[in-house]
Amino acid sequence: MASLKDLRNRIASVKATQKITKAMQMVAAAKLRRAQTAAEAARPYAKRMEAVLGNIASAVSGGPDAPLLLTGTGKDNVHLLLVLTAERGLCGAFNSSIVRLARDRANALIGQGKTVKIFCVGRKGYEPLRRQFEKQIVEFVELRANKGVTFADAQAIAEKVTGMFQAGEFDVATLFFSRFQSVISQTPTAQQIIPATFPATAVVAEGAAATYEYEPDENEILADLLPRNLAVQVFTALLENGASEQGARMSAMDNATRNAGDMIKKQTLIYNRTRQAQITKELIEIISGAEAL
Amino acid sequence: MANFPFELVSPEKLVYAGAVSEVVVPGAEGEFGVLAGHAPFVSVLKPGVLTIKGEGKVQKLFVRGGFAEANPQGLTVLAETAVPLADLSGGKLAQMIKDAQEDVEDARDDATRLKRQTVLDALKTTAAAIEADGRAAH
Repeated sequence: MASLKDLRNRIASVKATQKITKAMQMVAAAKLRRAQTAAEAARPYAKRMEAVLGNIASAVSGGPDAPLLLTGTGKDNVHLLLVLTAERGLCGAFNSSIVRLARDRANALIGQGKTVKIFCVGRKGYEPLRRQFEKQIVEFVELRANKGVTFADAQAIAEKVTGMFQAGEFDVATLFFSRFQSVISQTPTAQQIIPATFPATAVVAEGAAATYEYEPDENEILADLLPRNLAVQVFTALLENGASEQGARMSAMDNATRNAGDMIKKQTLIYNRTRQAQITKELIEIISGAEAL
Repeated sequence: MANFPFELVSPEKLVYAGAVSEVVVPGAEGEFGVLAGHAPFVSVLKPGVLTIKGEGKVQKLFVRGGFAEANPQGLTVLAETAVPLADLSGGKLAQMIKDAQEDVEDARDDATRLKRQTVLDALKTTAAAIEADGRAAH
């Protein structure tokens, strides 16, 4: 049986924890709002980029000198998995669900006899993946020093990926991140980025591909735009991830705060019972002492 | 003059959206002006000054990296960097030129050096353009 002092200490410590989780929840809520605005602000750019690229791509794709970034190397022996996670934990299953998706994919690919290379962005993806895929991890980028994600960060990552692709280090690249649906729901997603894929709707909606004039010609524009598009895709994914992370953290911390509240209630009940039992015991002792006289 | 819808988009935000009468875009193969009813056209941008004329106002922005797409629905410019010239006070631009200069010196191979030199040249052109602009205004 814990003494009264122990119980008091325990309650105080749970209260302190509750204050921390509450504060973290509020911080996450504020950051979530910022991340969401950033993600929304980036949307028009990505959308226009996709539409124009889809247009040009449909015009050149059959051509023999179409850029490799669009058509791929024609093989799929070496896969690059680009895993985007957060730099911090305490955000529920956010990191682990991305890691699980990437790990399952990696295992499936290895099972098919393919070579897998992993490019980690974010410490929380690198650490768990390193345990199993130490040799496969070819790159690891930390974004810790940065407060928000900037386009330059995405560009640096995209440049590395393009460089590796041009050096023939892989055939297919897939991006793993968490798509932001709502505060309580984020879906881990795998998106193929090399060879580039375009949703069919983007191509159909504009329709008038043939009437466009290009300056310089289509292939040069594509060669310029595809690496940019890669950067945009990474940027969008990073922003989605940022919003998802804060959303996941917010709901995780909300849960933690509630749990702490429940625990405080229970502990206080036990504390009061123990205190009363002690008082009763003391009274009985005094009374029986007086009766004995 | 007839107006047409114009959008200037950077990855971080929508910089400009509205009806304009003319836009001069620094294309990779030369500057070109776009008026209402321009033929469908796609061009890569070179770093330089983009001029927006509309509603009696003239706005100048420094743009870098991206492309312009003109179609019957209007003109869209996607630029990685889009900064109003007014924000590029002497000091900031000088800093950018200095950074670009260092980039050129750090380049490891000729292709990269050439690419970065182009950026540097464009920055210098921009600086000159701003200066000329400033003189015209005073």
